[in-house]
Amino acid sequence: MHPILKLVVQRIALGLLLLLAVSALIFLGVEALPGDTAQAILGQQATPEALANLREKMGLNEPPLTRYFQWLGGVLTGDLGTALTNGADIATSIGQRLGNTLFLAGCAAVIAVPLAILLGLIAARYAGKWPDKVISGITLTTISLPEFVAAYFVIYLLTQLIPIFQPVAMVFPGMSFWAKLNAIALPVVVLVLVVLAHMMRMTRAAILNVMQSAYIETAELKGLSPMTIIWKHAFPNAIAPVVSVVMLNLAYLVVGVVVVEVVFGYNALGQYLVDHVTKRDLPVVQAVGLIFAAVYIFLNMLADVIGILANPRLRHPK
Amino acid sequence: MDDKHKQLDWMVAQAKAGRMTRREFVGRTTALGVSAGLASALFGKAAMAQEAKKGGVIRLGMQGGSSTDSLDPALAASEVPFQVNMTWGEMLCDVKPDGTLDLRIAEEISSNADATEWKFKIRQGVEYHGGGTVTADDVVATLKRHTDESAQSGALGIVQGISEMTAEGDMVTLKLNAANADLPFLMGDYHLIIQPGGGVDNPAAGIGAGPYSVVVNEPGVRLTFKKHANYFDSTIGHADEVEILIINDNTARTAALQSGQIHMMNRVDPKIVELLKGVPGVQIKSVAGRGHYVFIMHCDKAPFDNNDMRMALKHAINRGEMVEKILGGLGTPGNDFPINAAYPLFEDKFEQREYDAAKAAEYYAKSGHDGSPIVLATAPGAFPGAVDAANLFAASANAAGIPLQVKLEPDDGYWSNVWNVAPFCASYWGGRPVQDQMYTTAYLSTAEWNDTKFKNAKFDELLLAARGELDAAKRSGMYTEMAQILRDEGGLILPMFNDFVSGVSDVIGGWEDDPNGELMNGRAQVRCWLNA
Repeated sequence: MHPILKLVVQRIALGLLLLLAVSALIFLGVEALPGDTAQAILGQQATPEALANLREKMGLNEPPLTRYFQWLGGVLTGDLGTALTNGADIATSIGQRLGNTLFLAGCAAVIAVPLAILLGLIAARYAGKWPDKVISGITLTTISLPEFVAAYFVIYLLTQLIPIFQPVAMVFPGMSFWAKLNAIALPVVVLVLVVLAHMMRMTRAAILNVMQSAYIETAELKGLSPMTIIWKHAFPNAIAPVVSVVMLNLAYLVVGVVVVEVVFGYNALGQYLVDHVTKRDLPVVQAVGLIFAAVYIFLNMLADVIGILANPRLRHPK
Repeated sequence: MDDKHKQLDWMVAQAKAGRMTRREFVGRTTALGVSAGLASALFGKAAMAQEAKKGGVIRLGMQGGSSTDSLDPALAASEVPFQVNMTWGEMLCDVKPDGTLDLRIAEEISSNADATEWKFKIRQGVEYHGGGTVTADDVVATLKRHTDESAQSGALGIVQGISEMTAEGDMVTLKLNAANADLPFLMGDYHLIIQPGGGVDNPAAGIGAGPYSVVVNEPGVRLTFKKHANYFDSTIGHADEVEILIINDNTARTAALQSGQIHMMNRVDPKIVELLKGVPGVQIKSVAGRGHYVFIMHCDKAPFDNNDMRMALKHAINRGEMVEKILGGLGTPGNDFPINAAYPLFEDKFEQREYDAAKAAEYYAKSGHDGSPIVLATAPGAFPGAVDAANLFAASANAAGIPLQVKLEPDDGYWSNVWNVAPFCASYWGGRPVQDQMYTTAYLSTAEWNDTKFKNAKFDELLLAARGELDAAKRSGMYTEMAQILRDEGGLILPMFNDFVSGVSDVIGGWEDDPNGELMNGRAQVRCWLNA
């Protein structure tokens, strides 16, 4: 087996193992909470008989290990159970909302990632000069703004002063692709503003780090233009740290944008999770927790694999 | 004179277009020398002349929805499920804005002489969305479902008072455990929507006999409805479609109204009402209702088991300041009993209790309290502005020499760990259609939600006697006596009644102030129309 393939397979196996461990941890955490699912359903009307009946019906009297494997089996076959609060099928609800989450994250990433890297390259090229200072200044300002402040600012600017977009960003089946893009324009703008600085700074720092190397001096002596040096010689060697920061930000775009979702009324996973946490709807919390963990693990794994592929030393281990 | 006529014509035109409230109209026309009675009549005529337009899509943007919401009427507890259920559902009866009974599925209601047995004649030919018509059996099955504890119905307390339900032909007969002259009003409770077969098979199907049928139900996101073609009442349900969008964020909801993405919104933040008044195309509707914000003391726990202490605190709160600062002036001061002019049978016989530091200090000295801090628990979610209100209360009480201290609690778990548990805390009530229901829910000795632990034999006796009293004047007198007891002995400090503050676009016609509930008691989307 090619050593690279072996490494990649190893990473994937490790990721899956980690996911299994996380699922056990989530189950344990929910188990450790005071009260159980039957109590959560019955709430104030929980009489001892009603509790006993419901526990029997839901199989809560089985030992925890049995229930864990039942739940895991359900998850693996795509059956996440039903929500306690409104009896909706969790897999169906999550399916649509996960799609919306990925759509928003994807649109924001498509703009933010290339833009951040480009700005990082420019900032590195003119390090210490005015373009660097302007880029750093603006991106550091936008990252310092709390998300909801940025969101309100964008709402004011683009729906009231220059009314070109709608403040409420709901999307639903049956909307055309362009209508959806138009609906999510404002949250995308906010998310781009929020994630830009981190990736831009990392690109700039990684490239400046590489620029100290002797081979860059050689390239300079060959008479190559600064931008060519950065693009052809410095950037490929700076990819690994940049990719890991990009992945961190992508993970944030998927699992961490609940504030933006709430402000724009965007119907995605974050809001769904928060609603169900407030109502102690544990099966939903378990399911969404697992999905968020999977996203994190997958993106980090991807960063690792890309890091390996980009690094000749890791590509050709001795 | 001619000029005055022109002005009058202009004002009538404004009223016709719905751009002027009754109060504004009367105020401005009387300034021209028109008598107040005539002005009021003129306004009524002008408002009637607004002709309902058919068609279009009415969009509401609302706070108070979550992805955990269900269409099961038994479970409705917040603003959005309430509004949603009022779109597709229909009860036996409802309450009109003037507080009188509105017959819906019940066509006729009668009772025996002592109000222990009630007969509801079911309107024939009222169709469900899926086909089939409402029968007396459906009505009984619906009420029975709500008596089942596992249905978790918010109307359990109401239906538990019915000992026997029978359906015969088009007549439903309800026998009660004890007399209740208000039963028709209780049957208008928003949980008691009549469902086919009682909704036993699938309570959350969202199928009823209301003016619109559910098309899309995405809890916590949006619901869409289309007109029920065979709806029995042609005077309401003007738009072809209705959409309810859940926009919990205040700023986004307001921006959506301003930009025309929605036509109506609930819960306008009192802090921005003044700013919004200047915005073209948007009207602010502030409607005095029955909802109120409260500070509740447990009458059975020290130091609140001493009535002098309770009276000291009642005199140590500045009600006018609360209305101004917490409600932005959109409300009225309360008088330590939960009833106001929005209720039927209310007699305004009470002097307004004011902030009186000297009197408060006097009562406090009489209570013989040892001077240890008196702790008031509050949380941001107890009611909008609850933390500020508690701090204002503490400041005015401290000025009177009462060592009141505010304890900030987290929102999470407030209603299970603090409310009804801590001896002194901030809370709110939404009000009920009739006085009996409000008192029964929270002030009867045995009530589960007796959150002031108020136990008064005389009060209980009056409450039960009033239920069987069919003479309105006598009942009214009994309620006044009860209010007096509660005001002077109860554990309730009620500084303010809050208005329902909604934002409505100019293109909406047919708005009517309704004290029974927010957004025309949940029916704005059904009763209004689009003028555009």
